[in-house]
Amino acid sequence: MLVLDRVGKTYLNGVNALERFSVEIGLGQIVAVIGGSGCGKSTLLRAIAGLDRASHGAITLDGETIAAPHPKVGIIFQEPRLLPWLSVADNIGFGLSDVPSAERRARIAAALAKVGLADKAKAWPRELSGGQAQRVSIARALVMRPEVLLLDEPFSALDAFTRRDLQDHLLDLWSETRPTLVLVTHDVDEAVVLADRVLVMRPRPGRLFERIDVNLARPRDRNSPLFETTKRRVLTALDRSLDRDAPDPAAGVETGDALWW
Amino acid sequence: MAMTLDTPVDTTQPLARPSAPRWRRWMRPALGLLLPLTAAIAWELVVGAGWSDGRLVPPPSKIIFTIDELARSGELLRHIIATLARVGAGFGLGVAAGTILGAISGYWGLARRLLDPTIQALRAIPSIAWVPLFILWLGIFELSKVALIAVGVFFPVYLGVMGAILSVDRKIVEVGRTFRLSGPAMIRRILLPAVLPAYVVSLRVGLGLGWMFVVAAEFMGASEGLGYLLIDGQQLGKPAQILAAIVIFAILGKTTDWLIELAAKPFLRWQDAFAPGRGEP
Repeated sequence: MLVLDRVGKTYLNGVNALERFSVEIGLGQIVAVIGGSGCGKSTLLRAIAGLDRASHGAITLDGETIAAPHPKVGIIFQEPRLLPWLSVADNIGFGLSDVPSAERRARIAAALAKVGLADKAKAWPRELSGGQAQRVSIARALVMRPEVLLLDEPFSALDAFTRRDLQDHLLDLWSETRPTLVLVTHDVDEAVVLADRVLVMRPRPGRLFERIDVNLARPRDRNSPLFETTKRRVLTALDRSLDRDAPDPAAGVETGDALWW
Repeated sequence: MAMTLDTPVDTTQPLARPSAPRWRRWMRPALGLLLPLTAAIAWELVVGAGWSDGRLVPPPSKIIFTIDELARSGELLRHIIATLARVGAGFGLGVAAGTILGAISGYWGLARRLLDPTIQALRAIPSIAWVPLFILWLGIFELSKVALIAVGVFFPVYLGVMGAILSVDRKIVEVGRTFRLSGPAMIRRILLPAVLPAYVVSLRVGLGLGWMFVVAAEFMGASEGLGYLLIDGQQLGKPAQILAAIVIFAILGKTTDWLIELAAKPFLRWQDAFAPGRGEP
């Protein structure tokens, strides 16, 4: 269980990027975080990854506080961020240096096969297409067998066809070991295709605006009416989140908190 | 440079290309030789035809004859070894100091604020200005020469290492952090490979300056070395000997530079660099 308890982040320059963000995410759940720019989505993810420290509140994984990168938490960035001086296989095995070499080789080979790049093991990152590179970075994260996998707009730099392909692929990979996925995205389609729950955020300061459960069976049909309805709900929430005058569904909780102290 | 870059690129091409590039492999170095060879032959013909006496600008045949003569007497080898030893020692010291201080300044912000202004101020001094002081401090013999060369090599290496470390991509360092690399592991697995291309360039610049300063060092009173051959040739009016020394400088400089390139090549195969004239479509 990944628990965020009133997490807030104020940067040194005084920008209040994230304020009192609370959520509980059970093991194996897929949660999409969506919102306009500057709503603290990436700040949130970086805090869970332990790359930045939250200034308020606590992030715990199975009761253990996360203040630095954690072995059970993996992250996939917007860019593949492969190390250009390592072959594809060595990139995937980057985090496995403590594992005996025979096991490491086996795990790398398995991960390569899973992402469909077995023939690229010896290639340099520069020889890969954008989609292939992102698949390598997914394999690099999954080979560590994380309990929580964070994805920071992982497919936003890819063309629509490759993106759809990788979304399906990600679900396949997820269904094997079922880690918790926390996905930051600005693509409503992507959020509804992948997530069990969509968290809509509102900007300045970044706050949780609305949570929408997606009760659709997998694999999801992108053309079904129910899919469309859910998409519209997310879009409406997103629209309202950017409108400052709109009533804030979370406001009740907040005033309660404020009264308390 | 172009000729040594060819092979690794070809091996990464999955499709075998038609045999046309085969002659190109020989043509490309030949193309580089075209200009100097033509000039040399032309001058040889001009002197041979008697249009010039070639006294101040001796023809290539005379330069080759001079080199041959020096080589036979064993004198040439002695001079080359003396010069190479000075460059080698100075380069080694300069590289060691430049690498260590550059790494410290690049890695620790406090050290950079402490060290860098002083080093930059020292860098602004023309290195030759140190010569009188080095002679007073270290004597007229080898030590002062090696020190001057080391000073020349130090600055480009220092700047290269520090700049390379400071420009390592934060995003790649973050990958290291997410895999929870320790400090030494971060240096070994992320920083070192990332700075290597820039480091090799700074080594080559440093070596070039080393060759420059060895001449200056040998001008300030040496009894052997290629720089001594230059001075000797000037004082005794032997332009062929001066040109012979210059030719050997060129050969040695190019060879040592090529050796660095060659040694670094296996570590830099991954580079996705802009390489004009590589012949890719």
